[in-house]
Amino acid sequence: MGKKIIVKTEDLTKDYDGVTVVDHLNLQVAENEVFGLLGPNGAGKTTTILMLLGLTEPASGTAQIYGFDSTRQPLKVKRLAGYLPEKVGFYDTLTAKENLRFIAELNNIGRAESEPLIEEVLKSVGLGEVADKTVNKFSRGMKQRLGIADVLVKKPKVAFLDEPTAGLDPEGINQIIDLIANLPKMGTTVVFSSHRLYEVQQVCHSIGILSKGKMVIQGALDELGRDALAEGRFRIEVETAEPSPQLIGVIKKIKGVSKVEAKGNVLHITTDADLRAEISKAVVQSGVALTQVKIEEFSLDDIYMKYFHEAD
Amino acid sequence: MLTILRKELADYFTSIRCFVLFLLVLAASFVAIYAAYHGIREASIDPGPVFIKLFTIEEDLPSLTVLIALLVPIIGVALGFDAINGERSSGTLNRILSQPVYRDSVINGKFLAGIVTMAIMIGAIILIVGGYGLRMIGVPPGAEEIIRIFIYFISAVIYGAFWMGLAILFSVLFRSLAVSLLFPMAIWILFGIPASIFNPYISFFVPAVSDSIGVQLMIARISPYFLFEEATTVLLIPVWRGYGLLTSTTTGSMLPNPLSMDQSLLIVWPQLTALLAITAICFAISYIVFMRQEIRST
Repeated sequence: MGKKIIVKTEDLTKDYDGVTVVDHLNLQVAENEVFGLLGPNGAGKTTTILMLLGLTEPASGTAQIYGFDSTRQPLKVKRLAGYLPEKVGFYDTLTAKENLRFIAELNNIGRAESEPLIEEVLKSVGLGEVADKTVNKFSRGMKQRLGIADVLVKKPKVAFLDEPTAGLDPEGINQIIDLIANLPKMGTTVVFSSHRLYEVQQVCHSIGILSKGKMVIQGALDELGRDALAEGRFRIEVETAEPSPQLIGVIKKIKGVSKVEAKGNVLHITTDADLRAEISKAVVQSGVALTQVKIEEFSLDDIYMKYFHEAD
Repeated sequence: MLTILRKELADYFTSIRCFVLFLLVLAASFVAIYAAYHGIREASIDPGPVFIKLFTIEEDLPSLTVLIALLVPIIGVALGFDAINGERSSGTLNRILSQPVYRDSVINGKFLAGIVTMAIMIGAIILIVGGYGLRMIGVPPGAEEIIRIFIYFISAVIYGAFWMGLAILFSVLFRSLAVSLLFPMAIWILFGIPASIFNPYISFFVPAVSDSIGVQLMIARISPYFLFEEATTVLLIPVWRGYGLLTSTTTGSMLPNPLSMDQSLLIVWPQLTALLAITAICFAISYIVFMRQEIRST
């Protein structure tokens, strides 16, 4: 750990007409990671993002980005943060390039600097060839990618993407996911909200699950996965040519192994730590042909369902 | 804010809406020139400067001032009715507000861009009519006439700004474009109806009204349309001396010579102030509501 926390909320609360939408939310996002904000519709994801950006005033509590209070210093926050709204829209009669140029101007980026930047950003989202076409000819997926380009033009330190993949076809989703995965390398932390667990699992380092405005659980994805699957322990799958009871005996003796189950040619081993090296060594030494050793994959569904039901 | 102003202006000038409005402006100019062409001969017999009469002559066709009084509200409403909720429904509003700009510069930029567009349109009508008129009658305007026309131009822009402010106010208040277009239009039609139509109804409830021209005038002056008409008449017809309580005996004993510039201004000052005030009120309300409004679209 020891990572710098750059997005932080403390007891953030918001209510609309007496209905509490976000309820004493404490959220922390570390620098240069992809953070997935999960939760069903109406859990308060969008409201949380709006409050973090200073677009909506919280009823109580604080939201901070790089130490700047989102409510009191919204301009400083908006200079650092990019935002892709759920229903992103552009000026239909302007071209992709003109739309981005307007945003660059609003961010006080000079012409000399913005022109090559816009070209580069459009190319990186795969819209280089349609840069001079008006936006009303764009498909939903292209608009969404233009939305990401729009966020990137201002070179944000942190990007908030609200449901960036909603309403896209599988190919469109993959393109967006690839783009998101590359952002931390360019020095941009990503916070994105979604309710598609699979894509969150693909790119996120950490997740937070929201339910009825409350944070149900948050943390690093792999830790949470192990938590849900084996109460914090590792599950290792060992596939051999022919597992013998003898081999099981050997494995059980390795320090840290708590349980070994055989299912056909596959052994499911529950351990306290990542013991793949020790286990494979033991298998090879016992003379059995080893096919593969891997840490059993958990799916985010497991995590989601586990904590989500706890919340109810 | 300058960035937004520039972008809005570029938007207006390239939009079909503005093209149609400019066509309307051109048509109005030609109607006014036609009216002036046919009426100027008789009108020039009356006392007062000649050039300025170009704008107020009615001969079969409405004069320029009548046309402007009709057109300017349409232009104002057309420019303002989708200012905020148009951006909101197209999803561009929250994208812009997430940029490092103050929220008020969005609405200020839009308002200013509208005023600039309107000033160009009204200026174009006045210059077209003035220019053709000059060719037609060959009498150049005096310095005082130019000042009168300029003040008229300013008050027409303020009048237009009022209608645009009203339209922007509704575009802040309502999410639906149809509603924000209908409301200012309804108000425009309501105020466009001569106040005298309402007098029987009002006097039914408040009997004192029918007896007093002063009270009737006060009621009529609620309408920005009436205020603007009064201002126009005094500014562009220098012999006009005032309103209301002039009986036939007093008008009969008045000399039919034109008033000086400052005297005309003095008469019309309350009207101009009132126009400016209602414009400011409209804009202020939309500004305050917009600043406090929730940004989320759902």
